[in-house]
Amino acid sequence: MSIASVRSKLLLAGAAFAAFVAPVSAQETVNLYTTREPGLVRPLIEAFEKKAGIKVNTVFVKEGLAERVAAEGARSPADVLMEVDIGNLVDLVNRGVAQPVKSAVLEAAVPANLRDPEGRWFALSMRARVVYASRSLGLKAISYEDLAKPEYKGKICIRSGQHSYNTALIAAVIAHYGTEKADAWLRGVKANLARKASGGDREVARDILGGICEIGVGNSYYVGLMRSGAGGPDQKKWGDAIDVLLPTLAGAGTHVNVSGAALAKNAPHRASAVKLLEWLASDEAQAIYSEGNFEYPVAKGAKVTPIIAALGELKVDPLPVADIVRNRKQASELVDKVGFDN
Amino acid sequence: MSPEPQVSVRRGAASLDLQNLRQTFGATLAVDDVSLRVEPGEIVCLLGHSGCGKTSLLRIVAGLERPDSGRVLIDGREVVGPDRFTPPEQRGVGMMFQDYALFPHLTIFENVTFGLSKLPAHKARIVAEAQLARVGLLRYSKDYPHMLSGGEQQRVALARAMAPHPGVLLMDEPFSNLDQRMRERIREETASLLREKGATAVVVTHDPEEAMQLADRIALMRAGKIVQMGTAEELYEAPQSLFAARFFCDLNEIDVVALNGRIQTPLGDFDAPAEVEDGPVTLCLRPHGIKLEPFDPSAPPPLTGVLTNRRYLGEDDLRHVQVAGLVAPLRVRGAARWRPEIGESAGLRIDPRQVLVFSRKSV
Amino acid sequence: MDSGQARRSVFGEGGDRRWLIASSCVALLVLAPLVSLILIAGRGSGDLWPHILAYVLPQALRDTAVLLLGVGVMVVTLGAGLAWLVTAYEFPGRRLFDWALLLPLATPTYIVAYAYLDLMHPIGPVQTGVRALLGLTDPRALWFPDVRTMTGCILLLSFVLYPYVYLSTRAMFLMQAGSLLEAARTLGASRTRVFFRVALPLARPAIAVGASLALMEALNDIGASEFLGVKTLSVSIYSTWINRSNLPGAAQIALAMLALVVALVLLERWARRRQRYVSQAQRARRAAPLQLTGWRAGLAIALVSTPILIGFILPAGHVANEAFKRVRFAGFSPQIGQEILNTIAIASAATVVAMALGFLVASAARLSRAPLGGALLRASSLGYAAPGTVLAIGLMTPLFALDNIIADTAESLFGISLGLLISGSGAALVYAYVARFLAISAGGVESGLAKLSPSLDHAARMLGQSAGGAMRRVQLPLIRPALGGAALLVFVDCMKELPATLLLRPLNFETLATHLYGEAARGTYEDGAVAATCIVLVGLVPVMMLARLSRRRAFAWDKNAEGAEAMARDLLLVEPAGAPDKPQGKL
Repeated sequence: MSIASVRSKLLLAGAAFAAFVAPVSAQETVNLYTTREPGLVRPLIEAFEKKAGIKVNTVFVKEGLAERVAAEGARSPADVLMEVDIGNLVDLVNRGVAQPVKSAVLEAAVPANLRDPEGRWFALSMRARVVYASRSLGLKAISYEDLAKPEYKGKICIRSGQHSYNTALIAAVIAHYGTEKADAWLRGVKANLARKASGGDREVARDILGGICEIGVGNSYYVGLMRSGAGGPDQKKWGDAIDVLLPTLAGAGTHVNVSGAALAKNAPHRASAVKLLEWLASDEAQAIYSEGNFEYPVAKGAKVTPIIAALGELKVDPLPVADIVRNRKQASELVDKVGFDN
Repeated sequence: MSPEPQVSVRRGAASLDLQNLRQTFGATLAVDDVSLRVEPGEIVCLLGHSGCGKTSLLRIVAGLERPDSGRVLIDGREVVGPDRFTPPEQRGVGMMFQDYALFPHLTIFENVTFGLSKLPAHKARIVAEAQLARVGLLRYSKDYPHMLSGGEQQRVALARAMAPHPGVLLMDEPFSNLDQRMRERIREETASLLREKGATAVVVTHDPEEAMQLADRIALMRAGKIVQMGTAEELYEAPQSLFAARFFCDLNEIDVVALNGRIQTPLGDFDAPAEVEDGPVTLCLRPHGIKLEPFDPSAPPPLTGVLTNRRYLGEDDLRHVQVAGLVAPLRVRGAARWRPEIGESAGLRIDPRQVLVFSRKSV
Repeated sequence: MDSGQARRSVFGEGGDRRWLIASSCVALLVLAPLVSLILIAGRGSGDLWPHILAYVLPQALRDTAVLLLGVGVMVVTLGAGLAWLVTAYEFPGRRLFDWALLLPLATPTYIVAYAYLDLMHPIGPVQTGVRALLGLTDPRALWFPDVRTMTGCILLLSFVLYPYVYLSTRAMFLMQAGSLLEAARTLGASRTRVFFRVALPLARPAIAVGASLALMEALNDIGASEFLGVKTLSVSIYSTWINRSNLPGAAQIALAMLALVVALVLLERWARRRQRYVSQAQRARRAAPLQLTGWRAGLAIALVSTPILIGFILPAGHVANEAFKRVRFAGFSPQIGQEILNTIAIASAATVVAMALGFLVASAARLSRAPLGGALLRASSLGYAAPGTVLAIGLMTPLFALDNIIADTAESLFGISLGLLISGSGAALVYAYVARFLAISAGGVESGLAKLSPSLDHAARMLGQSAGGAMRRVQLPLIRPALGGAALLVFVDCMKELPATLLLRPLNFETLATHLYGEAARGTYEDGAVAATCIVLVGLVPVMMLARLSRRRAFAWDKNAEGAEAMARDLLLVEPAGAPDKPQGKL
């Protein structure tokens, strides 16, 4: 076989393979890497595809999204990176896989404290870390500080302290009080646990209904998912069994975390990617975040869905999330030190 | 499982009684109404071709198989009967397996003490070391079986089986895995060990020479039955069937007819034994029962033949002699003082005591 | 005949070298992620260790040790005990139980964890039922043990992972020479003592292999143990990486853990270095099973059905019931069909590649009697000892680097832009699965080959075959059952694999496991129930084939008891116990 024929055969095979892997189509596309669960992202994407006529390819990655994009390097197909935790958003920047976006639309929609000043990430929704309490307690208000009080001994349920939702909360405590006081507080909460710190947020509600504990910590949108009946009749019972309270930290406000997105550094479809980002901050998308996912929208003027609005008015902890997240490492170490999960 | 109290480690040799044992495997009858008594201290060989049921019989005694019917008594105590089946570990019977079945994960010493679990450790050690010393393997105590030669493994197996002083020792083809030369030596050692201990032993073998060397009595088996039982001499000298005769000797066989108690053959006329009826018979001549003599044309002997082949076998010569009137040449064996050439004529002398006659109907 | 270094191959050294080179390439492929992990770890400063040593290790090591010890004891007790029960005794339904005992292999641990949390919850069916029986209404009125404890985790993992031990030990029991067990009986040992003194110790290599598979699964399990609140070293790796953005630190812990695993495996092998487990017994007549009747048979049936009930019927039944409710409530998700296809396609592809490479590595180790061949074989098995996510992270750097090189080459040679071919096509996933599960395929081939006499190789070579030809025409057909067993296990493992799948799959590519995880991560288990049921159903197929295979082999074994190590190794054992040595006289 001549070199030329080998070459042409290789070329043919390569082309055939390429055709197989990436179906060539005239349609505009954008590639989305997300740590948001597919069930939460799908409605947003379907609406965007219909509206913009741009096809969205997605991959749901659990951990290591930043590592993957970094390893893919210059040829990374990733356009938009979507994360569920402020810490992970900041990590994207630190790993150098995000690039700045200058967009008047985004800047107008997302308040300044919920985006990177240089446009390397934008928060798209908020969730409050709220308290679920057994109706029998008849609680009207509570603070995060109260959770460490001895009166709740053996009554608290919470997921692992090392889960990002909790490390962010602990980071906020550190931001307000300093490590030493946070340590004492975390030990207090630990002493009050009714069971091992494990499971997910919805187990907290279920365990309250099951009588394992009387009070617990969980994210706000789970309340919506449970109470709306979207998870089936069982979960509606769990949701209805609890009072939901918006606690305050240092008397200032409720701890929130954000989900957000960034533009990938080597995005091959930059224009489409920016369109997607802008759309995610649009009223229509924000309504989906709010009504479909029961999250707090970030866009100014967007409405909170009634089930969530019924929890009371959300007064957000005024410390910027980006500042809080700097304490994440100490928070995580504090969890180890206190033996919170043991 | 059995109400019988556990048989403890025995001191003396036991007797063994097998009564009307029968066992089938599917359609095949492996053991067919076998009865046998072994006296204390006696060594009995079960001899037969493979598949004759000798190993099945041994396994029934050991308790590894359960017979369909019949009884087994050890020292007069029933271990197998219509309503009784004593498990092997409670029978006080030792067994040596054809493949030795040494536990590969245990050292030689641990193998030998395996059966001594009822003794306190220090006593077990004394017994095991004595056994190993007796077979000359004490220095390998800490080794594993795979590190020993075949002959050494055989001796470990023997030491292990003997260590608990079983009332009856069963041995299944104990020498068949050894090469010829080692086999004879170890066989002698084993035989003297058994006699020294006065052990009751049942040995399964397919090798008649082995049986004759070891046994006080031999039970010759065929198709699940004992066809003849007796001392080595009785079986060799007075086989009751052509099968028994053939088993011990490579016979010259001539098919002829007995008439009025006489048998006429190209080799001359013979008297038929009293128990053989007239009719077709097989005349058997042992190769050692024929002698060759120089052919003297001046005084021709009554029986002559021509040498067609010869082989030098050391202590013996094997010679083929064609006799007129016979289809095949006769095989003649013996120490030769006179060595004829091939094609040379020779006189033949037949020892009538070495001639056996069996009715062909009874084969 | 395992005279390793002692004998040099008499056939072309050049041919050997080619096999060794190919084998080195495979080992390199598997080791690449580990090497890259070492590089990542090297980037770290090591400043996390004071914290880890002070606050994490004492707890994590204790939890890990307790978990491994508990699971180890349980899987060995269950696996070996059940294997003995179905081998040494005969009772009604024994043949059915014989294979049904493998069923828990089909259920991933995370599904079992979710299912039991549901089942055993104060408002779950079990407690509600008990309270209804007792006429109680308040969930607090009756105390029940919580699944979310170390004990719960050990029990759940054990009832799902014991089949690894069962499978290998059962095979080993089947091939044990009956005469060994009989010899023990005639030496005064009861059936119980025979089991503990002879059958069990002789099965030690098989138990060790089965148990190490089960323990590595337990150690690397994140789903179930995290969900049940057990903090193993793997969980610490996670928090170091995710919460402290310290990937190098996570890599350092992972490597330390890997070193520990390797050390433990070596220690176990060293401890029994002088022993042999294969007797020279030629006629492996099997000891006749004891017929159980009456209450004894009933007890045996109860004993063998319990693990099937706990490890399979209850969790799978619960998940299936949830799936049924979900389908009625929300309809059938249209993607499920595609996900089933994806799962089967990617697992099949990985199985084929893993088997081919496993065959290559094991053959090279056999052909070249140099120690290097064996070392490469062991090195190729290392991937199994690392947690899936960690391996996947380590794999990304070399993988995407290779991907970029291919793309560069394609562009410069042909002027076409291919993008990232390997990661874009799912080949990355195949690579990850192969790197992780090569231990199973190579081990299966190795054990299959170990029972073949080297004279077979030599005879084929004397008859004019090349080394490769001999492998293809003689060895390959002879070890087909061993290959089948290993392939099925690789398939099941690939299908259940989660962390690497999540991290490395191409765009728009969902498998059943990722779908389930996506729902579970969101807390919407009910939506994942359908996928979970599908995983169990798809997993059932290879498990049933495995059971059929093992039964057929057992039968063939009964009929013609050929020499040596056969089945335990056929059905997948990672290491040979050492081929039977020819007796070497000391006289």
